[in-house]
Amino acid sequence: MTVASLFFYLFSVVACASAVMVISSRNPVHSVLFLILTFFNAAGLFILAGAEFLALILVVVYVGAVAVLFLFVVMMLDVDFTELRRGMLSYLPIGGAIGVILLVELILVLGSWHFSSGAGAVSEPILAGSKITNTEALGLILYTKNFFYFQVAGLVLLVAMIGAIVLTLRHKPGVKRQNIADQVARNPATAIEVRQVKPGQGI
Amino acid sequence: MNEIIFTVGLIALQSVALLVALLIVTAFLLYADRKIWAAVQMRRGPNVVGPWGLFQSFADLLKFVFKEVIIPDGANKGVFIIAPLVTALLSLAAWAVIPLDEGWAIADLNVGILYLLAISSLGVYGVIMGGWASNSKYPFLSALRAAAQMVSYEVSIGFVIITVLLCVGSLNLTDIVKSQETGLATAIGLPWLAFLNWYWLPLLPMFVIFFVSALAETNRPPFDLGEAESELVAGFMVEYSSTPYLLFMLGEYIAIIMMCAMTTILFLGGWLPPIDIWPLNLVPGVIWFLAKLCLVFFMFAMVKAIVPRYRYDQLMRLGWKVFLPISLFWVALTAGVLVTFGWLP
Repeated sequence: MTVASLFFYLFSVVACASAVMVISSRNPVHSVLFLILTFFNAAGLFILAGAEFLALILVVVYVGAVAVLFLFVVMMLDVDFTELRRGMLSYLPIGGAIGVILLVELILVLGSWHFSSGAGAVSEPILAGSKITNTEALGLILYTKNFFYFQVAGLVLLVAMIGAIVLTLRHKPGVKRQNIADQVARNPATAIEVRQVKPGQGI
Repeated sequence: MNEIIFTVGLIALQSVALLVALLIVTAFLLYADRKIWAAVQMRRGPNVVGPWGLFQSFADLLKFVFKEVIIPDGANKGVFIIAPLVTALLSLAAWAVIPLDEGWAIADLNVGILYLLAISSLGVYGVIMGGWASNSKYPFLSALRAAAQMVSYEVSIGFVIITVLLCVGSLNLTDIVKSQETGLATAIGLPWLAFLNWYWLPLLPMFVIFFVSALAETNRPPFDLGEAESELVAGFMVEYSSTPYLLFMLGEYIAIIMMCAMTTILFLGGWLPPIDIWPLNLVPGVIWFLAKLCLVFFMFAMVKAIVPRYRYDQLMRLGWKVFLPISLFWVALTAGVLVTFGWLP
């Protein structure tokens, strides 16, 4: 057994175990932390597969940003566990049925899945001997060959971002805001008033 | 099989050597930080343990280690213990890819700079877990503040890194330093003025943004909103004592030194000598690297001593409304200039 396969089993076992813990742990914050562990081990598997760029992007984007926001939201929620578990039995049949349907669908899809005959001609694996790095290869495909799709995806994300801002932006009346330019433009003449106070009188 | 054991053993030995050196450097930089801070405030600073107080950090270490670990009753015990470990571990792990000299990196990754970005973006978990697990209101508020702050400033750090990468054409840290061997000084025909070759001059606004963002990313004053002692006692570290507290402290300082090293590599030419003439270019690269690292750390320490703490809304405004547009514009500008003049690497 080589070192690589040892690490493969380590990462995959931890990934699967923590994925199970995500749905089975009682505390939602623990769930999110296990989710992060799962992401992390998936990144490890990517590195073993030689996709170091994807692995690190997974860590930067999902673990470093998305999961932080998850954790934020979950931490702020005031979850009452007894309340949550009360309806458990009544929801179990529906939840179980949906789970079984999904499982059957997955099995059917995976069972009948095969590469189409033309697939080999389209895919372009990096050859072992070539000098081009993983990152460069991805960049070439993304920005040179599929530039149009990349731009469209960016446009969709931009629209989504603007939509989120429009939905949440509220101009509350009566909120005091600081104008930084005004603050910086203040000088002793406009900001300070010198008064001569007589002893024992006050202002 | 023997070869594998030999390789693994060698890497382990190198890592231990790096860790020991790093911890000793950290101890003395901590001392330097306190001394500089004291000097600015016309105090003496630590001056009792050892000559000029040089061994103060080691005395502090012993003090922390021998105190009792107190875990609050309402705390979430597992997460409470893991949080400081995560902070310390991540900040140490980042050093695996730092090239102290040519070929002196333990792991010379192809995507080294991305690895650094990933590790520093994970640093937020130690804070957020520690703050939540303490089950107390000040740590929780602090965790929320610190997390939002670190996520915000990561964005501009990412853009600064992209700007440098555009000029280098590689994500490898060694390549980033090597690409600073030529530049402005060689272009004007004075190759011995090597410090003009480095990226701090052509990318000066990015250098400033990176420095300020690094302060915010490491929760360093004037951006230490996470542990603002006037409002939040000591932030996410309120409930921590003894060794867990020490690990938080250590992780924070090593992350700061990591940011200094990153500034050195990205903008100050890594191990390259500042003036490429006879006696100076004989000095080993690692000495130059450490000297530059100490210079950047001195700037960090002076900022801590001089600048008052920001208000939280000012911090967010600076990150999102000032740094983000400027760095985004500079990425486009750099790319445009490189393409127009055909300077793309």
